[in-house]
Amino acid sequence: MDPRLSIINERLKNIERIIAVGSGKGGVGKSIISTTLALLLSKNNKLTGLFDLDFQGPTCHLILGAKDEFPTEEKGIKPPQINSVYFMSIYYFTRDNPLPLRGWEVTNLFRELLAITRWDNIEYLIIDMPPGVGDEVLELLKLINKKEILIVTTPSILSLNTVDKLVKLLKNLNIPIIGILENMRVQPSDIVKKYALENKINYLGYIPFDYSIEKYIGEINLFMKTKFVLNLEKILHEKILF
Amino acid sequence: MHEWALAEGVIKTIKEYSKDKKIEKVVVKIGELQQIDIDIFKFALDELKKENSMNKLSIILEIEPAVLKCRVCGKTWSFSENLKELDDFIAESIHFVPEVFHAFIKCPNCGSPDIDILKGRGVWIEKIKFKGE
Repeated sequence: MDPRLSIINERLKNIERIIAVGSGKGGVGKSIISTTLALLLSKNNKLTGLFDLDFQGPTCHLILGAKDEFPTEEKGIKPPQINSVYFMSIYYFTRDNPLPLRGWEVTNLFRELLAITRWDNIEYLIIDMPPGVGDEVLELLKLINKKEILIVTTPSILSLNTVDKLVKLLKNLNIPIIGILENMRVQPSDIVKKYALENKINYLGYIPFDYSIEKYIGEINLFMKTKFVLNLEKILHEKILF
Repeated sequence: MHEWALAEGVIKTIKEYSKDKKIEKVVVKIGELQQIDIDIFKFALDELKKENSMNKLSIILEIEPAVLKCRVCGKTWSFSENLKELDDFIAESIHFVPEVFHAFIKCPNCGSPDIDILKGRGVWIEKIKFKGE
C-alpha cells in the first residue's frame, strides 16, 4: 500500500484555487504563462505557489530567477519563496543534470513531491504541466481533487490539433476548463477563437508575440514591465481573477 | 523532519484502511534508497499514534536493501556501493526524492543512466494484520 496517496489532497486542502496550465503541445509558452500568472497573482496580494510539473525539462526556475535556493525541512519540505512566489521544482534536486525516467518512476516522483511538500497558507497554486498526456498529467488528473485547467495554444493548426486531444481527455473526465489562451500571435487569426466557440470553451484572449521577453528571462523587475506581462495581466483581471 | 510527512501518510492510510476494525500489527518496509532516519521516523510514528488514539498499535519497520539493475547491460548491484561516493547535496536530494538518483548514478559496468530499482525504493505498507486474523 502506498502511504503517500492518502495525504496528497490533505496537503492541498486549504488552497482556494489550483490552476494547472496545460496544452498537450510543447513550445507554446506554458511555462512562461504559468510563472507569470503566479507572479501576477502574488503582485495582486494573493499568496501563490508555483509547481513545475515538467520533470524532464523544467524551466520555471529560469523565468523566476531562482539561484541556489533549496527547500527547508519542517515536517515535510517547504518551498522557498522566490520573488514572492512559493516555488517547487525538481530543479532543486537535480540542478542542470538530465533526469532519465520511465513511466512508473515519473509516477513515484510526482507522488513523493506532492506528499512531502507543505504549501501551508497559499491561496493559489499554479501548476505548469509538461507537454503530452503522459504519466505526470494522468497523475495530476487522477490524484488532485480540486483543479481547473487553463489551456494555452499558439494560433497554429499543428498546436490546435494536439490541444484538441487534451481537451477531449479533460471533457471525458469532466474536469473544469477555465478557458483557452492564445499565445504568440504574430498576425491576425481567428482559428483559436473559432475552436473555442465550436468546443464551448471560454476564449480568454490573445497575447501578441513579444520579442523582448527573451532578454528579460530571470530579470523579474524588467520582465514584469514587458508587453507580454501587461497583456496577460489584463486577461488575468478580466477572465481569471473573478 | 521530512520523515514526519512520510509517517503522516502511513498513519492516515492505516486509519482509512481500518475503518471500524481493530488492527493488531502493521509492517512498514523502508527502502534503503531513501536513506530514512529510522529514529526520527519512529519518533514521528509514535507521536502520530498518540494524536490519533492508536497507542497500542504495533508498527514494525523492516529495512529493505536497495538493488539496482542496468536496463542496457543487465548488471545488478547494491545501492550501498554508490552510497559511500555520494556528496552531501546528492545524498540529501535522493533522501527527499529517491528518483533523483537517475540524475547522478550510472551503471558501473557500461555507464548507462537507464537504471531500474529492483527493490528498496521508499516507504511502503507491506502488511496490515487485523485482530483475530
